Amino acid sequence: MKKIDLVIIGGGPAGLSAAKMAAESGLSSLIIERNFKIGGQLVKQTHMFFGSEKQYAKTRGIDIAKILVNDVLKYSDMIEIMTGTTVVGLYKDKVVTLLKDEKYIKVKTKAIIIATGASEKVLAFEKNDLPGIYGAGAVQTLMNVHGVLPGHNVVMVGSGNIGLIVSYQLIQAGVNVLCVLEASSEIGGYKVHASKLKRLGVDIKTSHSIKKAIGKDYLERIIIGKLDDKWEFIEGSEEELIVDALCISVGLSPLSNLLSMIGTEMKYVSYLGGLVPLIDENYETSIENVFVAGDVCGVEEASSAIVEGYLTGLVVAKKLGYIHPNYDKLYLDFKAQLHNLRSGPFGEKLRRGLEEIMR
Amino acid sequence: MLNTNGVPDKKQIFSRFPDKKYILKPKAITECYEEIPCNPCSTSCPFDAIYIGEDINTAPIVDFEKCTGCGICVYNCPGLAIFIVQELDNENARFKIPYELIPLPIKGETWSGVNRAGEVITKVLIEKVSLTEKQDKTALIQVLVPIEFINDFITIRSKL
Ligand SMILES: Cc1cc2nc3c(=O)[nH]c(=O)nc-3n(C[C@H](O)[C@H](O)[C@H](O)COP(=O)(O)OP(=O)(O)OC[C@H]3O[C@@H](n4cnc5c(N)ncnc54)[C@H](O)[C@@H]3O)c2cc1C
Ligand code: SF4
Ligand code: SF4
Repeated sequence: MKKIDLVIIGGGPAGLSAAKMAAESGLSSLIIERNFKIGGQLVKQTHMFFGSEKQYAKTRGIDIAKILVNDVLKYSDMIEIMTGTTVVGLYKDKVVTLLKDEKYIKVKTKAIIIATGASEKVLAFEKNDLPGIYGAGAVQTLMNVHGVLPGHNVVMVGSGNIGLIVSYQLIQAGVNVLCVLEASSEIGGYKVHASKLKRLGVDIKTSHSIKKAIGKDYLERIIIGKLDDKWEFIEGSEEELIVDALCISVGLSPLSNLLSMIGTEMKYVSYLGGLVPLIDENYETSIENVFVAGDVCGVEEASSAIVEGYLTGLVVAKKLGYIHPNYDKLYLDFKAQLHNLRSGPFGEKLRRGLEEIMR
Repeated sequence: MLNTNGVPDKKQIFSRFPDKKYILKPKAITECYEEIPCNPCSTSCPFDAIYIGEDINTAPIVDFEKCTGCGICVYNCPGLAIFIVQELDNENARFKIPYELIPLPIKGETWSGVNRAGEVITKVLIEKVSLTEKQDKTALIQVLVPIEFINDFITIRSKL
């Protein structure tokens, strides 16, 4: 059995930052990523990021990925990376089972940081399984990673930041975005993103949703309708739109099933996107030396995922006896950055959610 | 309404425009009304003219005394929420706007001018197009806009 002090599951912004900080502290690690390349969600995000300079604001997501990957590659003697490898099992004695090229590999470790991110939520409506109906993240991957257009006439469901940003990127790719539907009476994402779309001629229809999809072998048309304040369709408000793709962006939920497997205490917190582990102030779960960082413990932003990664990398290293020369200063700085990112009105639900999972 | 369709109202728009005495020189207008965790406009300004402060959720405030209209904040704003405006004379205003679509306009062309609701309101002349390495793929387009649209014009769409 392979032995290593620290296993990091997930090579997104949280996992990469954790590995870097652990390495800076003197602790070696193994990053396991199921995708063929590391970078997580960032590899498809062509827009400039929000946040502050410390989290690479104004840099495009794809370039933040490059910075984080390069940081990790600088420590190639300390950080081992396995791509195309999925963690399929996690056990209390800290044995991790990996699946690579249809072979199982076992790794014995002392500490684990779970940074598996989140997955897109689905929406129930008639014929929601027709080809041509995608998650917004899938559309982003198709367009920005593989260079394939999802369709020519698209409707977006959901006006959170992801829905608004992916709509903008569809327009950049030359796709006609007919409208954005939002069930709530107000736009969900940042208004700067909404204004950017509106001036390009895209209507954001609040209090609207998708009723059903129509098509024989693939999506041909959709029926949308207006919602009352109980989110029920208003009779007679239906409208038919001709589309060849529909993009669903109704939120993400933490990919926390590995945590359930190892038996950490979990809680369903809607503010955080779903089932999340209870954590202490250093993101340690109810099982000693099992930590979490990034969207897996509450759907948030890359900016906070990076800082949570740094924080857990720093703390895990110390617990295993590798103390970063600037430990105290860095620790306070990471805490302050997280506080700052979450202190505005958009951070309110998140703050409440995090309170609910504090051990 | 900003919250329901993404269009700021007149009051919000005017709240970001400077006094008339300032606008004879180019000035930055930050159409960023919400408290969101973001501050590159402030940190990228070489003249220290945009204030956000310690709490990055604070909405930006431009000091029009200090702002030179250089345009650096325009391409550094991830929300594409900043533009530069100047009252040139009785007939025209000059704008510098961020632009991330292709094809890019070419100097000398006439394009449609669009308002915040996405409607074509006028014709505008493309005076300059810049896209340096530093701008990281966000072009700056300098356009001449009829003065009566100084509070309405926001972007350009398709060549005429
Ligand atoms: C359209 C869009 C726009 C966004 N815009 C912004 C923005 O402007 N600013 C911002 O700060 N954030 C933004 N975000 C959010 C940001 O991308 C995420 O919050 C961030 O990527 C979360 O990082 P993470 O490391 O937790 O997870 P991820 O980036 O999702 O990485 C998790 C990684 O774990 C891997 N993994 C999962 N399960 C396993 C397993 N069992 N075995 C091995 N590997 C596994 C996945 O393949 C993935 O690579 C945006 C997101 C989207 C979709
Ligand atoms: S235009 Fe130049 S001087 Fe004015 S706020 Fe922007 S960066 Fe600063
Ligand atoms: S950079 Fe743009 S979006 Fe960010 S705070 Fe400044 S004006 Fe607002």
